[in-house]
Amino acid sequence: MSHASSPNMIVIEPVTRVEGHGKVTIQLDDERKVKQARLHIVEFRGFERFIHGRPFWEIPVLVQRLCGICPVSHHLAAAKAMDRIVGGENLTPTAEKMRRLMHYGQMLQSHALHFFHLCSPDFLFGFDADPAIRNVIGVAKKFPDLAVQGVMLRKYGQEIIKATAGKKIHGTGAIPGGVNKNLSIAERDVFLKDIEQIVAWSVGALKVAKDYTAANLKELADFGTFDSNHLSLVRADGAMDLYHGNLRAIDAKGKKIFDQVDYQNYLDYIVEEVKPWSYMKFPFIKSVGPENGWYRVGPLSRVNLCDFIPTPMAEAERKQFMALTKGAPNNITMAYHWTRMIELLHSAEVIRDLLHDKDLQGTDLVVKGERRREAVGLIEAPRGTLFHHYIVDDNDQIVRCNLIVSTTNNNTPMNRAVEKVAKDYLSGVEVTEGLLNRVEIAIRAYDPCLSCATHAMGQMPLVVEVVDAAGKVVGRGERGTRIG
Amino acid sequence: MSDTIPFTIDGVAVEGRPGQTILQAADDAGIYIPRLCAHKELHPFGSCRVCTVKVNGRPQSACTMPCAKGMVVENNTPELLEHRRGLVEMLFVEGNHYCMFCEKSGNCELQALAYRLGIMAPRYPFQFPDRNVDASHPDVLIDRNRCILCARCVRASHDLDGKNVFQFVGRGSKKRIWINAEAKLKDTNLDVTDKAVEICPVGAILKKRQGYAVPVGQRLYDHQPIGSDIEAKRAAAAQA
Repeated sequence: MSHASSPNMIVIEPVTRVEGHGKVTIQLDDERKVKQARLHIVEFRGFERFIHGRPFWEIPVLVQRLCGICPVSHHLAAAKAMDRIVGGENLTPTAEKMRRLMHYGQMLQSHALHFFHLCSPDFLFGFDADPAIRNVIGVAKKFPDLAVQGVMLRKYGQEIIKATAGKKIHGTGAIPGGVNKNLSIAERDVFLKDIEQIVAWSVGALKVAKDYTAANLKELADFGTFDSNHLSLVRADGAMDLYHGNLRAIDAKGKKIFDQVDYQNYLDYIVEEVKPWSYMKFPFIKSVGPENGWYRVGPLSRVNLCDFIPTPMAEAERKQFMALTKGAPNNITMAYHWTRMIELLHSAEVIRDLLHDKDLQGTDLVVKGERRREAVGLIEAPRGTLFHHYIVDDNDQIVRCNLIVSTTNNNTPMNRAVEKVAKDYLSGVEVTEGLLNRVEIAIRAYDPCLSCATHAMGQMPLVVEVVDAAGKVVGRGERGTRIG
Repeated sequence: MSDTIPFTIDGVAVEGRPGQTILQAADDAGIYIPRLCAHKELHPFGSCRVCTVKVNGRPQSACTMPCAKGMVVENNTPELLEHRRGLVEMLFVEGNHYCMFCEKSGNCELQALAYRLGIMAPRYPFQFPDRNVDASHPDVLIDRNRCILCARCVRASHDLDGKNVFQFVGRGSKKRIWINAEAKLKDTNLDVTDKAVEICPVGAILKKRQGYAVPVGQRLYDHQPIGSDIEAKRAAAAQA
């Protein structure tokens, strides 16, 4: 509901069709021009503190409870750190491939969920369509085939997770130094039966995203768009690798800021800043500084950063995408959707390759070596680079933990996108639901998981607040309300 | 004097042997009476009261009550099941039992019993007690958050391992499992192979660095409720 205490502050709360709970405040000046717009993350959870004292082998299972959306990412990032704690980072082929299968299964389900369930209503019905239709039920009614594909893609990914982690949500598959099971022939054959269909549906979803972007490029090119640095893991040969690699960062023009950095040393390259109005921290690249060192992560950054994608169909699509900017980094916020679907296809291709790999039926599951006290585990989660950093004492108990969650990396970019859209669309006009939806569309492009980002749980409702020139809240809007 | 003791449990004729408790005779007959502190290798203790049955109309703990000729024992009745639910729920709220990430999940007798009894959520308020973890021993860990004070470790260390590692301290709600040492578990003569370590029904005493090694789907209670092994005996006997 909306209640304006002064005419110059708009509040959107909650932001909808995103994971977690957040609000947006938009401050207007005396001419009702947008002066400042911010995304506030209002959840708080405190995992970094309350896992102190827990035994290290419990952490991959415990810490994934941060989230029900992509718990596999936390499970695997923590497991990768614990591999190093037990000196077992050189996994057996079976263990590494089982984990990769789990991770790419998750990537498939998470990207499918975001695209079909959360974002497709905006594309299929338009930004200004009646919100009563512009939702997943509306999609299911008008585009039943597409809706079913979305559900089935997600189901396939979830079943892969179950077969590798033991459960669809919050499994136990990855243990320090390896995994606790392989993939049986029977399990494999169930997946092989449907994989070609999954690849075909992924191609179809990618086409929807691509065609939509191409058809609306004029509006989308500038929609919440700005130049930024980009960061992700890449393989040693520069290939896209969502499970493991070294850190690479580039600026908006594509110039490398650093490359092939061992992520054990991430603290030499990344700093986190705290601001009083959000529970989410603001990371930046140390060498560039807090003002300009912020960066984007996630599908757009990964496609921008990699030299190639190591599966043929996705690589062809990457080339097509990069041709749009003549090989330079693409900084269009709405291009996240296109790149996310390139990754959907890549994930389907990787799963297909893995299913044909006999190593998945191996029985050598765990390795151990020389014990370490401190370790960092990184992974490319669906929403971007995920950092887990732990110190374990001689009694095997956690004494320190730092997490930089994917969405945290995108904190400044999301705020930039919100501000740009607010300034471009809300200045000096009467605010309508359709205009407010644009603010949310800009946030949704990043597929944020606000609950994870505060190391905090739940759906992501969002609030927009408008503050007047004196900083007073003059308008507050929650989803589906008019802002006065 | 006859060498069997005839009595009934829920109307089923059972032949106990001299010196057997109701629980032991029921086990032999393939009738499951829920229990937590009782263990076939340990002397009866009677602390958890989950095995409470009615003997000739009076509540008794089946693990301590010797069977006697002509007893009429009630076990699987709505009243007793409700009583057991209440006891198990109290155990859940008075400790910090987070099954979702506990490595004993799927192999935990407390969790399995709650599933068997159909407990969805406890009716009592959670106490959230402040309890600690002793991880000082190189191979064994005590997580007091999960202890249900069954004294299996106390009895096993003394009676089966020939040691005296564990003991209770405090009374009432302050009662805790403790160790017979000045400071920490590492100062005791506990060995990872001791029976006291493996006999814990919950995730309070754990072998270090072994958690989650058994995948979901292959754990003790993933497919069959607790007590199924006992009940299988009766089913097999009926088929024979």
